Amino acid sequence: MIAEPTLLHYLIFGAVLFALGIFGLLTRRNAVGILMAIELLFNAAAVNFVAFTKFVAPDGLAGQVFTIFIITVAAAEAAVGLAIVILIYRNFRGIEVDKINFMKW
Amino acid sequence: MNSGVFYVLAIVGAVSALMVVTLKNIFHSALFLVLTLFSIAGLYVLLGAEFLAGVQVLIYVGAITILMIFAIMLTYQLSSGSIKQVNEQVKSATVIVLIFFGLSLAALLKTAWPVGTADLPKHNIFELGRQLLSTYVIPFEVVSIVLLVALIGAIIISRQERQEGS
Repeated sequence: MIAEPTLLHYLIFGAVLFALGIFGLLTRRNAVGILMAIELLFNAAAVNFVAFTKFVAPDGLAGQVFTIFIITVAAAEAAVGLAIVILIYRNFRGIEVDKINFMKW
Repeated sequence: MNSGVFYVLAIVGAVSALMVVTLKNIFHSALFLVLTLFSIAGLYVLLGAEFLAGVQVLIYVGAITILMIFAIMLTYQLSSGSIKQVNEQVKSATVIVLIFFGLSLAALLKTAWPVGTADLPKHNIFELGRQLLSTYVIPFEVVSIVLLVALIGAIIISRQERQEGS
Protein backbone atom coordinates (compact mmCIF):
# COMPACT_ATOMS: atom_id res chain seq x y z
CA MET A 1 0.00 0.00 0.00
CA ILE A 2 1.37 3.40 -0.90
CA ALA A 3 1.74 5.94 1.88
CA GLU A 4 -0.82 8.66 2.45
CA PRO A 5 0.64 12.00 1.23
CA THR A 6 2.00 14.07 4.09
CA LEU A 7 3.47 17.55 4.32
CA LEU A 8 6.85 16.15 3.30
CA HIS A 9 5.49 14.77 0.02
CA TYR A 10 4.13 18.17 -0.99
CA LEU A 11 7.35 19.91 0.04
CA ILE A 12 9.43 17.49 -2.03
CA PHE A 13 7.15 18.13 -5.01
CA GLY A 14 7.68 21.86 -4.47
CA ALA A 15 11.44 21.36 -4.34
CA VAL A 16 11.36 19.39 -7.61
CA LEU A 17 9.38 22.16 -9.31
CA PHE A 18 11.72 24.80 -7.93
CA ALA A 19 14.85 22.93 -9.10
CA LEU A 20 13.40 22.47 -12.59
CA GLY A 21 12.48 26.15 -12.68
CA ILE A 22 16.02 27.17 -11.80
CA PHE A 23 17.34 24.82 -14.48
CA GLY A 24 15.11 26.46 -17.08
CA LEU A 25 16.07 29.91 -15.87
CA LEU A 26 19.78 29.14 -16.26
CA THR A 27 19.70 27.35 -19.59
CA ARG A 28 17.00 28.92 -21.77
CA ARG A 29 18.05 31.37 -24.47
CA ASN A 30 14.52 32.39 -25.33
CA ALA A 31 13.07 35.16 -23.16
CA VAL A 32 9.61 33.57 -23.19
CA GLY A 33 11.18 30.30 -22.01
CA ILE A 34 12.74 32.16 -19.10
CA LEU A 35 9.34 33.63 -18.19
CA MET A 36 7.84 30.12 -18.22
CA ALA A 37 10.60 28.92 -15.87
CA ILE A 38 9.76 31.82 -13.55
CA GLU A 39 6.13 30.68 -13.52
CA LEU A 40 7.35 27.27 -12.36
CA LEU A 41 9.23 28.93 -9.50
CA PHE A 42 6.11 30.88 -8.45
CA ASN A 43 4.06 27.70 -8.49
CA ALA A 44 6.60 25.83 -6.37
CA ALA A 45 6.33 28.51 -3.71
CA ALA A 46 2.53 28.51 -3.94
CA VAL A 47 2.30 24.73 -3.49
CA ASN A 48 4.45 25.02 -0.38
CA PHE A 49 2.20 27.77 1.02
CA VAL A 50 -0.99 25.77 0.47
CA ALA A 51 0.55 22.60 1.92
CA PHE A 52 1.66 24.46 5.05
CA THR A 53 -1.84 25.91 5.39
CA LYS A 54 -3.38 22.46 5.35
CA PHE A 55 -0.90 20.64 7.58
CA VAL A 56 0.57 23.22 9.97
CA ALA A 57 -1.62 26.31 10.38
CA PRO A 58 -5.16 25.71 9.13
CA ASP A 59 -6.81 28.41 11.24
CA GLY A 60 -6.80 31.79 9.52
CA LEU A 61 -5.84 30.46 6.08
CA ALA A 62 -2.82 32.77 5.89
CA GLY A 63 -1.07 30.55 3.35
CA GLN A 64 -4.01 30.53 0.97
CA VAL A 65 -4.30 34.33 1.17
CA PHE A 66 -0.62 34.64 0.33
CA THR A 67 -1.05 32.25 -2.59
CA ILE A 68 -3.69 34.60 -3.98
CA PHE A 69 -1.15 37.42 -3.75
CA ILE A 70 1.48 35.24 -5.47
CA ILE A 71 -0.91 34.55 -8.35
CA THR A 72 -1.72 38.25 -8.66
CA VAL A 73 1.93 39.24 -8.76
CA ALA A 74 2.61 36.48 -11.28
CA ALA A 75 -0.10 37.87 -13.54
CA ALA A 76 1.40 41.37 -13.29
CA GLU A 77 4.87 39.96 -13.96
CA ALA A 78 3.70 38.05 -17.01
CA ALA A 79 1.97 41.13 -18.45
CA VAL A 80 4.98 43.43 -18.01
CA GLY A 81 7.50 40.75 -19.00
CA LEU A 82 5.73 39.88 -22.21
CA ALA A 83 5.36 43.57 -23.09
CA ILE A 84 9.13 43.90 -22.69
CA VAL A 85 9.64 40.79 -24.83
CA ILE A 86 7.51 42.28 -27.62
CA LEU A 87 9.45 45.55 -27.40
CA ILE A 88 12.79 43.72 -27.55
CA TYR A 89 11.60 41.73 -30.55
CA ARG A 90 10.60 44.93 -32.30
CA ASN A 91 14.04 46.47 -31.76
CA PHE A 92 16.33 43.45 -32.15
CA ARG A 93 14.36 41.08 -34.44
CA GLY A 94 14.92 38.27 -31.94
CA ILE A 95 14.43 37.42 -28.29
CA GLU A 96 17.55 35.36 -27.63
CA VAL A 97 18.76 36.85 -24.38
CA ASP A 98 22.45 36.14 -25.05
CA LYS A 99 22.29 38.40 -28.13
CA ILE A 100 20.75 41.31 -26.26
CA ASN A 101 23.88 42.75 -24.68
CA PHE A 102 23.68 46.40 -25.65
CA MET A 103 24.04 47.43 -22.00
CA LYS A 104 27.35 45.57 -21.80
CA TRP A 105 30.46 47.37 -23.07
CA MET B 1 -7.66 6.46 -3.18
CA ASN B 2 -6.54 9.91 -2.06
CA SER B 3 -2.85 8.95 -2.03
CA GLY B 4 -3.03 7.44 -5.51
CA VAL B 5 -4.47 10.68 -6.88
CA PHE B 6 -1.64 12.60 -5.24
CA TYR B 7 1.06 10.44 -6.81
CA VAL B 8 -0.50 10.60 -10.27
CA LEU B 9 -0.85 14.41 -10.10
CA ALA B 10 2.65 14.90 -8.69
CA ILE B 11 4.31 12.68 -11.30
CA VAL B 12 2.38 14.27 -14.18
CA GLY B 13 3.25 17.72 -12.85
CA ALA B 14 6.94 16.98 -12.37
CA VAL B 15 7.40 15.22 -15.73
CA SER B 16 5.63 17.97 -17.66
CA ALA B 17 7.67 20.59 -15.77
CA LEU B 18 10.77 18.74 -16.96
CA MET B 19 9.36 18.93 -20.49
CA VAL B 20 8.78 22.69 -20.05
CA VAL B 21 12.44 23.34 -19.38
CA THR B 22 14.00 20.83 -21.77
CA LEU B 23 11.93 20.65 -24.97
CA LYS B 24 13.43 22.14 -28.12
CA ASN B 25 10.20 23.63 -29.43
CA ILE B 26 9.16 26.53 -27.19
CA PHE B 27 5.55 26.19 -28.29
CA HIS B 28 5.40 22.61 -26.99
CA SER B 29 6.94 23.85 -23.73
CA ALA B 30 4.03 26.27 -23.33
CA LEU B 31 1.54 23.43 -23.84
CA PHE B 32 3.31 21.30 -21.22
CA LEU B 33 3.21 24.31 -18.88
CA VAL B 34 -0.59 24.11 -19.16
CA LEU B 35 -0.42 20.45 -18.04
CA THR B 36 1.82 21.32 -15.08
CA LEU B 37 -0.51 24.10 -13.96
CA PHE B 38 -3.54 21.83 -14.26
CA SER B 39 -1.96 19.14 -12.09
CA ILE B 40 -1.05 21.80 -9.50
CA ALA B 41 -4.72 22.87 -9.51
CA GLY B 42 -5.58 19.23 -8.77
CA LEU B 43 -3.12 19.26 -5.86
CA TYR B 44 -4.87 22.38 -4.52
CA VAL B 45 -8.16 20.47 -4.52
CA LEU B 46 -6.49 17.64 -2.58
CA LEU B 47 -5.18 20.21 -0.09
CA GLY B 48 -8.65 21.60 0.53
CA ALA B 49 -8.13 24.87 -1.37
CA GLU B 50 -10.94 24.70 -3.92
CA PHE B 51 -11.04 28.45 -4.52
CA LEU B 52 -7.32 28.51 -5.29
CA ALA B 53 -7.77 25.63 -7.71
CA GLY B 54 -10.38 27.65 -9.57
CA VAL B 55 -8.20 30.74 -9.55
CA GLN B 56 -5.25 28.68 -10.78
CA VAL B 57 -7.21 27.38 -13.76
CA LEU B 58 -8.74 30.77 -14.56
CA ILE B 59 -5.65 32.96 -14.23
CA TYR B 60 -2.70 30.68 -14.93
CA VAL B 61 -4.17 28.32 -17.49
CA GLY B 62 -6.71 30.73 -18.91
CA ALA B 63 -4.78 33.98 -18.98
CA ILE B 64 -1.03 33.74 -18.40
CA THR B 65 -0.38 30.73 -20.63
CA ILE B 66 -2.51 32.17 -23.42
CA LEU B 67 -0.54 35.42 -23.12
CA MET B 68 2.71 33.43 -23.43
CA ILE B 69 1.45 31.54 -26.47
CA PHE B 70 0.54 34.89 -28.03
CA ALA B 71 4.03 36.20 -27.33
CA ILE B 72 5.59 33.06 -28.83
CA MET B 73 3.46 33.35 -31.96
CA LEU B 74 4.27 37.04 -32.34
CA THR B 75 8.01 36.67 -31.90
CA TYR B 76 9.16 33.21 -32.85
CA GLN B 77 9.26 31.53 -36.23
CA LEU B 78 7.46 28.26 -35.49
CA SER B 79 8.57 26.72 -38.76
CA SER B 80 12.26 27.03 -38.00
CA GLY B 81 12.69 24.44 -35.29
CA SER B 82 16.42 24.50 -35.76
CA ILE B 83 17.02 27.54 -33.53
CA LYS B 84 19.08 26.52 -30.54
CA GLN B 85 16.95 26.97 -27.43
CA VAL B 86 19.53 26.36 -24.72
CA ASN B 87 22.80 28.13 -24.06
CA GLU B 88 26.16 26.56 -23.39
CA GLN B 89 25.65 26.34 -19.62
CA VAL B 90 23.55 23.15 -19.62
CA LYS B 91 26.19 20.99 -17.94
CA SER B 92 27.11 23.42 -15.18
CA ALA B 93 23.43 24.27 -14.65
CA THR B 94 22.62 20.57 -14.24
CA VAL B 95 25.34 20.19 -11.63
CA ILE B 96 24.22 23.30 -9.74
CA VAL B 97 20.56 22.28 -9.79
CA LEU B 98 21.36 18.75 -8.61
CA ILE B 99 23.46 20.13 -5.73
CA PHE B 100 20.66 22.55 -4.83
CA PHE B 101 18.03 19.81 -4.96
CA GLY B 102 20.16 17.44 -2.88
CA LEU B 103 20.75 20.07 -0.23
CA SER B 104 17.10 21.07 -0.03
CA LEU B 105 16.02 17.41 0.07
CA ALA B 106 18.44 16.77 2.94
CA ALA B 107 17.11 19.80 4.78
CA LEU B 108 13.51 18.74 4.20
CA LEU B 109 14.16 15.21 5.45
CA LYS B 110 16.11 16.30 8.53
CA THR B 111 13.64 18.91 9.74
CA ALA B 112 11.01 17.84 12.25
CA TRP B 113 7.94 19.57 10.83
CA PRO B 114 5.40 20.89 13.33
CA VAL B 115 2.00 19.34 12.92
CA GLY B 116 -1.06 21.49 13.46
CA THR B 117 -3.82 20.00 15.53
CA ALA B 118 -6.65 22.10 14.11
CA ASP B 119 -8.46 21.26 10.90
CA LEU B 120 -9.25 23.50 7.93
CA PRO B 121 -12.37 25.67 8.44
CA LYS B 122 -15.51 23.97 7.26
CA HIS B 123 -16.53 26.75 4.89
CA ASN B 124 -13.19 27.35 3.29
CA ILE B 125 -14.15 29.96 0.69
CA PHE B 126 -16.26 31.89 3.19
CA GLU B 127 -13.35 32.08 5.61
CA LEU B 128 -10.94 33.09 2.81
CA GLY B 129 -13.16 35.98 1.75
CA ARG B 130 -13.61 37.12 5.34
CA GLN B 131 -9.82 37.10 5.90
CA LEU B 132 -9.18 39.01 2.66
CA LEU B 133 -11.52 41.81 3.67
CA SER B 134 -10.61 41.99 7.35
CA THR B 135 -7.09 40.93 8.36
CA TYR B 136 -5.49 41.30 4.93
CA VAL B 137 -7.46 44.25 3.58
CA ILE B 138 -4.42 46.56 3.24
CA PRO B 139 -2.29 44.02 1.27
CA PHE B 140 -5.39 43.26 -0.78
CA GLU B 141 -5.74 46.90 -1.81
CA VAL B 142 -2.00 47.25 -2.42
CA VAL B 143 -1.94 44.22 -4.68
CA SER B 144 -4.89 45.67 -6.63
CA ILE B 145 -2.86 48.82 -7.21
CA VAL B 146 0.14 46.70 -8.26
CA LEU B 147 -2.04 44.96 -10.83
CA LEU B 148 -3.38 48.27 -12.13
CA VAL B 149 0.10 49.78 -12.41
CA ALA B 150 1.38 46.67 -14.20
CA LEU B 151 -1.53 46.89 -16.65
CA ILE B 152 -0.81 50.54 -17.46
CA GLY B 153 2.92 49.85 -17.63
CA ALA B 154 2.46 46.97 -20.05
CA ILE B 155 0.35 49.14 -22.34
CA ILE B 156 2.86 52.01 -22.24
CA ILE B 157 5.85 49.74 -22.83
CA SER B 158 4.43 47.85 -25.79
CA ARG B 159 2.74 50.84 -27.46
CA GLN B 160 3.96 51.76 -30.92
CA GLU B 161 5.98 54.94 -30.72
CA ARG B 162 4.65 57.63 -33.00
CA GLN B 163 6.94 60.04 -34.75
CA GLU B 164 6.57 63.60 -33.54
CA GLY B 165 4.46 65.78 -35.86
CA SER B 166 3.13 62.92 -37.97
